[in-house]
Amino acid sequence: MQMQTDLLQEARRQAEICNACRYCEGYCSVFPALHAERAFSEGDLTQLANLCHNCRGCYYACQYTASHEFELNLPQALANVRQDSWEELAFPRAAGKAFQKNGVLIAVATVIGFALLFWAMRALASAGGEGFYAVLSHNAMVAIFLPAFLFPLVSIAVSLRRYWHHVDAAPFRPAHLVAALRQAANMKNLKGGHGDGCNFEDEDRFTHARRAVHQAVMYGFLLCFAATSVATVMHYGFGMHAPYGIFSLPKLLGLSGGVLLVVGCFEMIRLKLRSDRALGAAGAFGGEVAFIGLLGFVGLSGLALYALGQTALLPAALAIHLGAVLAFFLLTPFTKMAHGFYRLAALTADAGRRS
Amino acid sequence: MTPPDIAIIGGGNAALCAAITAAEAGARVLILETAPKPYRGGNSRHTRNFRCMHHGPLGPLVDSYTEEEYLADLMKVTGGKTDEGLARLAIRTSEECLPWMQEHGVRFQPSLSGTLSLARTNAFFLGGGKSLVNAYYRTAEALGVQVEYEAAVTHLELDDDHVTRIDYTQNGKTHSITPKSVVVASGGFQADTDWLARAWGPAAKNFLIRGTPYNRGIVLADLLDQGIEQVGDPTQCHAVAIDGRAPKFDGGIVTRLDCVPFSIVVNKDAQRFYDEGEDVWPKRYAIWGRLVAAQPDQVGYVIIDAKSLELFMPSVFPPIKADTLEELAEKMGLPAEALVQTVTEFNNACGDTSGFHPTELDGVSTTGLTPPKTNWARPITEPPFYGYSLRTGVTFTYLGLKVDERAQCSIGNRPVANLWAAGETMAGSILGQGYLAGFGMTIGTVFGRIAGKEAAAHANAN
Repeated sequence: MQMQTDLLQEARRQAEICNACRYCEGYCSVFPALHAERAFSEGDLTQLANLCHNCRGCYYACQYTASHEFELNLPQALANVRQDSWEELAFPRAAGKAFQKNGVLIAVATVIGFALLFWAMRALASAGGEGFYAVLSHNAMVAIFLPAFLFPLVSIAVSLRRYWHHVDAAPFRPAHLVAALRQAANMKNLKGGHGDGCNFEDEDRFTHARRAVHQAVMYGFLLCFAATSVATVMHYGFGMHAPYGIFSLPKLLGLSGGVLLVVGCFEMIRLKLRSDRALGAAGAFGGEVAFIGLLGFVGLSGLALYALGQTALLPAALAIHLGAVLAFFLLTPFTKMAHGFYRLAALTADAGRRS
Repeated sequence: MTPPDIAIIGGGNAALCAAITAAEAGARVLILETAPKPYRGGNSRHTRNFRCMHHGPLGPLVDSYTEEEYLADLMKVTGGKTDEGLARLAIRTSEECLPWMQEHGVRFQPSLSGTLSLARTNAFFLGGGKSLVNAYYRTAEALGVQVEYEAAVTHLELDDDHVTRIDYTQNGKTHSITPKSVVVASGGFQADTDWLARAWGPAAKNFLIRGTPYNRGIVLADLLDQGIEQVGDPTQCHAVAIDGRAPKFDGGIVTRLDCVPFSIVVNKDAQRFYDEGEDVWPKRYAIWGRLVAAQPDQVGYVIIDAKSLELFMPSVFPPIKADTLEELAEKMGLPAEALVQTVTEFNNACGDTSGFHPTELDGVSTTGLTPPKTNWARPITEPPFYGYSLRTGVTFTYLGLKVDERAQCSIGNRPVANLWAAGETMAGSILGQGYLAGFGMTIGTVFGRIAGKEAAAHANAN
């Protein structure tokens, strides 16, 4: 891999200043890790960049931001390295380069997803069945979505393996992963060290807005994912086939998750529009917003599908929802969605460093 | 805008403590900050901790730190040059300040790495002084305090024992206001190098100013010229030895060098001039500012070898590196022959180094060398060799406004009825010389709150 040396050099310059100051030690996981080094290799900087959650506490506390001649903007410097690392570590790399920063391309891929599903419904007419399966057979859905689900998993596994070697992490231990999951579960790194939250939408004012919204998206997504997983088990394990009633587990999980996901994504975009873009990665804003839009649309179209399930609009709603899901799955390794996996890897590696 | 009851000149910690206290007492408060918003906060932007008396664990502080111990620490560094009454007031009040600071938005963190020796005595701000300043501005603005940036006060009109008018300029326009009470919290005069040079002689032109370029002593000079009582010696200041490559202003904490105890320090003639190993660095860094100031061209050069490079915190500028002492001398502009001779003499004077211990007074000393090195004396033999230049970095000057225990200024033998001072501008009342880490913020917080309370009481009564 070939990370951009100018981005690395700028992050290194800033990290060396931070290492001589250390005032921000209590904010997040980045600084104790940074202060443990005296020199910063490419791998060190990549690890620090992926530990950084862009809470911006260090920026607003910094006495060396522009117009000081040191011109520190660590959130931006690390965001640039982080973004670059996601593009470089992607498998295949060209896909990471293509989609990470390109909102238009993400939208185009989603439209192709819709088209593919409309085509599939015409071409692979259902062999009979109830509800959705009357529109597209269960087997046809599996034929499309099983590869679309497995491919991103393989891709991310390759990328994480590359990451682990690149940052020269200590041997993997399950206990370190548990520590990382615990931090992610309550988004410790967006709490600001003092528990007042982070600085995002109103300069140096600390709020929990971003943390709350992030958790709505994350848990909303996980609930939706759980709904699908439970339904799969019910289908194959117990021969209980869709459609399921409102008080069934898949419906309860899916509805609550869908609402959380939609509200979370909507609010996340609003927050991002209020935030100072100069503290994020250069040129990544469009790609990020498009991805959040896609994720929110997956949730919204899922809810719409439920609402329209008994009407003549069912086939169209189904095609649109499944098309969005397809695009989302296939783009997972190459969009902002990948950050969750890299963050977990970084937190796991950091737990290993501390032990 | 409604005319303010109270004008506060300055926008750092002391000013903000005064503004918040006065606003909570119901007064309409205006802050006149001479810096633009990104540079607001004066030297408080660069601070990191608050020295605090406490009985038992308090916030991030462990154990206890009594009034007597605190005072003894202060007496040691000032050589007794302090006003004991005011010093005790600052120390005693510091304990109630810490929870007050937390209530008004300040957040603390455990001692920073590399400063564990201060875990008992000094409470560190999470994010440093700028985060404290940000929190106080948020709190003040929520209380209705009005803040004007780039508002440079030029003159306080004095009529007998009253300040009757304040003149300030902003965006090229001159404004005059007539508040009932005035608090001066606009720091020392160190950023005015001409004034420093009048006190120190031309050597002061080579000093670096560690903090804000906005503390030029304009209000201080205006008041002293009108006969307001002064305190302190114009040559006294908080001055430390910092990296000679630091910016002229505002270099702050990252320009400090912690390597002196593991080095030899020479002047531009490659001669040593002081015991580098006299004591642990936290107890000695503040005297090296004056030591370097006394050398030709006000510059020193630190020489270490490879075995000492990782014994101290990294600094912001990489050391100058060379494979031989001659090459190092050349790169640093030192006479090579003299440097080799000085190092050789030093090395020959070193003895048994097996007891070397970097964080304790290890007694590993030279014999028969003048000046001696009394701890951590290991020969400088292992290439590559490293060098840093050292210059005097001034934090703040001690000449200031004399205040009483109500933070009130005086003229002749009478108090000025509506003028109070807080922070660095009156710190010389307590710090006659020397410095105690974190004590500047204690003085600012304690006297800022007193000044705010008194100013509000006066404004509310008139």
